[in-house]
Amino acid sequence: MGVAAMVGTPIKRREDPRLITGRATYVDDIKLPGMLHMAVLRSPYGHARINGINTEAARNHPGVVAVYTAEDVKGAVGNVAVAAPLGLMEKGMGIRGPLAEGKVRFYGDPVAVVIADDRYTARDARDLIEVDYEPLPAAIDLEKAMQPDAPVLYEEFGTNVAMGIHPPTDEIDKVFDQTKADGGVVVKQRLVNQRLIPNAMETRGVVAEFRKVDKKLTVWSSSQIPHILRNILSALVGLPQHQVRVVVPEVGGGFGSKLNIYPEEMMAAYATMKTGRPVKWIEDRSENMVATIHGRDQIDYVEVAATRDGKITGLKLYGISDLGAYSQLFTDIIMIALGFPVACGAYDIPVVHISGDIVFTNKTPTDAYRGAGRPEAAFIIERAIDLVARELGKDPAEVRRLNFIKPEQFPYKSAAGAVYDSGDYEAALDKALALAGYQNLRAEQAQKRAEGKLMGIGLSSYIEACGIGPKGSAPIGLYESARVRVENSGTVMVYTGSSPHGQGEETTFAQIVADEFSIPIDNVMIMHGDTDSTPEGRGTYGSRTTAVGGTALYHAVQRLKEKMKQIAAHMLEASASDVTLEDGKFFVAGSPQKSVTFNDVAMAANFSNTLHPSIEPGLETTAFWEPLSNTFPFGTHICVVEVDKDTGEAKITRFIAVDDCGRQLNPLLVEGQVHGGLAQGIGQAMYEGAVYSEDGQLLTATLTDYAMPLTTELPDFETESTVTLSPVNPLGVKGVGEAGTIGSTPAVANAIADALGVAHVDMPYMSEKLWKVMHQQ
Amino acid sequence: MIKANGGPSMAMKREITVTVNGQQHQSQVEPRLLLVHYLRDVLDLTGTHIGCDTSQCGACTVLLNGESVKACTVLAVQADGCEVTTIEGLAPEGELHPIQEGFWEKHGLQCGFCTPGMIMASYQLLKNNPNPTEAEIRKGLEGNICRCTGYQNIVRAVQYAAEQMRTEAAAPVGGGE
Repeated sequence: MGVAAMVGTPIKRREDPRLITGRATYVDDIKLPGMLHMAVLRSPYGHARINGINTEAARNHPGVVAVYTAEDVKGAVGNVAVAAPLGLMEKGMGIRGPLAEGKVRFYGDPVAVVIADDRYTARDARDLIEVDYEPLPAAIDLEKAMQPDAPVLYEEFGTNVAMGIHPPTDEIDKVFDQTKADGGVVVKQRLVNQRLIPNAMETRGVVAEFRKVDKKLTVWSSSQIPHILRNILSALVGLPQHQVRVVVPEVGGGFGSKLNIYPEEMMAAYATMKTGRPVKWIEDRSENMVATIHGRDQIDYVEVAATRDGKITGLKLYGISDLGAYSQLFTDIIMIALGFPVACGAYDIPVVHISGDIVFTNKTPTDAYRGAGRPEAAFIIERAIDLVARELGKDPAEVRRLNFIKPEQFPYKSAAGAVYDSGDYEAALDKALALAGYQNLRAEQAQKRAEGKLMGIGLSSYIEACGIGPKGSAPIGLYESARVRVENSGTVMVYTGSSPHGQGEETTFAQIVADEFSIPIDNVMIMHGDTDSTPEGRGTYGSRTTAVGGTALYHAVQRLKEKMKQIAAHMLEASASDVTLEDGKFFVAGSPQKSVTFNDVAMAANFSNTLHPSIEPGLETTAFWEPLSNTFPFGTHICVVEVDKDTGEAKITRFIAVDDCGRQLNPLLVEGQVHGGLAQGIGQAMYEGAVYSEDGQLLTATLTDYAMPLTTELPDFETESTVTLSPVNPLGVKGVGEAGTIGSTPAVANAIADALGVAHVDMPYMSEKLWKVMHQQ
Repeated sequence: MIKANGGPSMAMKREITVTVNGQQHQSQVEPRLLLVHYLRDVLDLTGTHIGCDTSQCGACTVLLNGESVKACTVLAVQADGCEVTTIEGLAPEGELHPIQEGFWEKHGLQCGFCTPGMIMASYQLLKNNPNPTEAEIRKGLEGNICRCTGYQNIVRAVQYAAEQMRTEAAAPVGGGE
């Protein structure tokens, strides 16, 4: 491993100059000649039959070019893509075209689109569309939606349950019985992981341009997945793959909500193909909150058996996943494929029983949102550990320590399915305890309790599985790619299949290249987002960009380095195996006085005349890399909270996070990812939650009602790290994008339960709720 | 968007004169045209962003006659005869305002979408209070939402800028007092 000088340094980002001066291009900044604007008419009902749509007045409005409904696109546009339909979904449950047909199934369900000269006209005309709705009862409560008398979204199937997994319970029953017989305990808890709205600050948007002359479609989209979008969209609109280009401009946040192919992208593509003019669509925030995928929304029943010493003997988990009204790309697999395999968390649990149901309801479709299944899993096991500690009267830190998977057990095959790469959970715990001054905190807590004050301390020793994704884990192969070109002047162009949108790989990837080639970082340029120039890739999500994309880059660079050594060897009249590259010079190891520079070799390769005939001219290569397993970041978070007895208001007074993401390419950026992750995890615990009325109206449909954490609502974070290299990739990187979110939510939940002296309180921890809990006792 | 003679839903256009980043513009706009749309769609100054529709997120913050406003909640016609400063006009071309420097130095941004508004709001904050405490910085930026950073590095960025500005004066192009 040659990474040295640049990697590991907290240099500031090369992305920033354009962003801080307002000179970056996001999709709504794109203007093309003749561009039309699209507005989407959405269902005001959670569940209703469509008995008729009258678009005449809209079509006749001045400035309107076209109005489309489901009828117009039938046969011309395919169904919204689902990566892995499960159960009844294989027969069509949850699958639909881009516009509602016959029924609307969630508040915000797209019904029609207006294509007009400008955005104001498009809105005016949209208001003229008449839809004859027949409202139906809505299935909103998740558990009620599973009952035989529930309103059914897909009447032809007679149920809202798409699939259930219910293996026999003999083994776990035996373990539980034995544990109880031996004097151990079994703790049980129902947990709600509430529905969240991702709310990236930039709403979704797309500009689609179809050139009739060569039938080439170009799509600019605020997306996390340029290549997947291109591949799927081309198929959906009936164009050959090679005639579609996707360009991802600057993206103002994704968090998983832009890891998808949406109806609006499909309709914009359709509209440009029909009209022959570019078509732009941008959501406003209210639309984003109803029509962009929601996150989480899972109800879990956990049972854990433990000896009197606190050693866990068995885990039983039943999870229900609320899919919403339709399936988007990964809707149905979040809980089952991503969450269940890590249900044991950081703990060595010998016997596990996992069951679940996935259920459609009259709400916005759910899908991946920062953590995607792993926050839910971490929440369950971390709450369970605390419940065991509470039941036994033990320190939750010590119960964790007792049950941790030990460093010598890696790679560790969990009874829940995942194989963990590496970890030292005790080291992270101890570092967090030290940073928090844990014993002092407990002493402070005892004193405050004596004074009648409510202070809580909550731990979370999480793990997560990322670096998505291992060979075989998805139908389409989740590898990553990099094309690297060393130019005649010695500058280096990199085209990555990754698609960063704030994570900073234009900087960190350049750090890798600069170190490996030992050249100034300013000589390296990282390009991404354009499917015409980048090799086939899989995009940015699942904390994969460095672990997978960075590794592909590393391999490409090594390949070119080897070739450059060969060229240098000829120039030095030496053997290639004796040549080394240091400080931008190639020389025979031990004889630095005779050298050729990196630029010398770059020029020789590109100008070719002096090359040996056996060496191909040029210095350009493309590498693809697919991991064989996930990587597993981990850490311990400690949350200190105080709850006001009179108002129920909870305030986080301290938040300590010790996270291990393996090797850190840029500690400044790692810290930034942790901060942002903590903010979203704490946001879920303290403030956020999407709420529906009984008839299916989204009540939290603007930022007035949905509480995004503000500057005054988050504490100063105290962050540290440990570094446990991952053996999965040569960089030793685990990933960090989601870890902060995954670890923090349970730490807050544990702190609140500790403060109030109760077993469990469901999130979010608004003052009214905590006040009620306190006054019920 | 400037349009030709429109149909029944069109109100009569009004002529406005607005000085933006030191440059005067004369335009014909519908009365309902938002200032943020005027800046972005008519004047091609796309640095000011739109993040919400309830005037909460602050991504659209600009200076109107030297004071910060949310451009999504100002009509273009209200800016008639006024001076507007956007992110593009905060510093002369090729230079950075200390606030911009602070955001860069302290990693006060990730996706960058909230950043122009956050910087303009920080400008107002430091104008009112050149030596703010951390609590005052957080309070002063309560009207700007960021989903990426968790705010801690934004606070550090503003502290950096305040320090820089205490030692040097910096006035933006065309939008000062």
